[in-house]
Amino acid sequence: MKLSEYIKYLLIGTAFGFVLVKSEVVSWFRIQEMFRFDSIHMYGIIGLAVIVGVISVQIIKRKNMKDVYGNPITIPPKDPKQVTRYIVGGSIFGLGWALLGACPGPMFALLGSGLTIMIIPILSAIAGTYAYGMLRDKLPH
Amino acid sequence: MFDFLYEPWPWYVAGPIIGLTVPILLLLGGKMFGVSANLRHVCAACNFGNVEFFNYDWKTAGKWNLTFLVGSVLGGFLGGYIFENPEPIALSMSTISDLQALGIQDFGGLVPNDLFAWEMLGTGVGLTVLVLGGFLVGFGARYAGGCTSGHAISGLSDLQLASLIAVIGFFIGGLLMTYFIYPIILG
Repeated sequence: MKLSEYIKYLLIGTAFGFVLVKSEVVSWFRIQEMFRFDSIHMYGIIGLAVIVGVISVQIIKRKNMKDVYGNPITIPPKDPKQVTRYIVGGSIFGLGWALLGACPGPMFALLGSGLTIMIIPILSAIAGTYAYGMLRDKLPH
Repeated sequence: MFDFLYEPWPWYVAGPIIGLTVPILLLLGGKMFGVSANLRHVCAACNFGNVEFFNYDWKTAGKWNLTFLVGSVLGGFLGGYIFENPEPIALSMSTISDLQALGIQDFGGLVPNDLFAWEMLGTGVGLTVLVLGGFLVGFGARYAGGCTSGHAISGLSDLQLASLIAVIGFFIGGLLMTYFIYPIILG
């Protein structure tokens, strides 16, 4: 990767982390509120993000747009037949999301905001990922 | 002029910006947005047990994504430290009273400081929230093939049925935790 590419992804990531904090998506409180259906805040954010995402992805696909390198944009499809992994894996993720009050993006944005304790859940999440890699063949997908 | 940098951003501003991450990464790099893949790249970078799932060229696959991740830490620093939101979060009253009933006292920051503290690592509650919580997030995200960004934002943006199923799973787990398990943990 060239230096300019590092800078590009660094800046996009910085904007992402900035929005996550300014909009309180990183907040444990906001996640508790979401699962209690007490506010539109998180649903509004995810809903509008998906609407903007759907519209832009449809435009990119229908116009057969290319990326800045001139390569056609392809999105690898996910296999919808692996229902078990999405339901069971998703539920395990959901248990953790509500317990920790943060998903992977916010864990790192919170660390940046000065919450050094977040290094612990981050290391645990890496351990969890590693554990999945070890158990993968034994788990239903 | 730059007052908005010091204010909390409402959901109708933040949502579209987060959604734009998807086309920006596709157009500027041909990349599909997802944060939890980074956790896999870290495992691949230090695959001490030679687990097959992590035997791939993580540098080729993950350099862009890990760079994005470093950016999101930096963005967190700018948004949460330099331009910190001044007021406590405007939570709904019913959530506040629910959480107070569970013993949460401090509503001043982004997270309850009585839970997210180094001293809490010596307690059962702290270990459960910080260590088990993180573990389940990492394990579940990889098992489900993605997290909130990969499935709920990217996958749903591409109208993937698999991602819709995964998001339903996220809520099954989240609701179980919120209504049945968290009261026991904090009780």
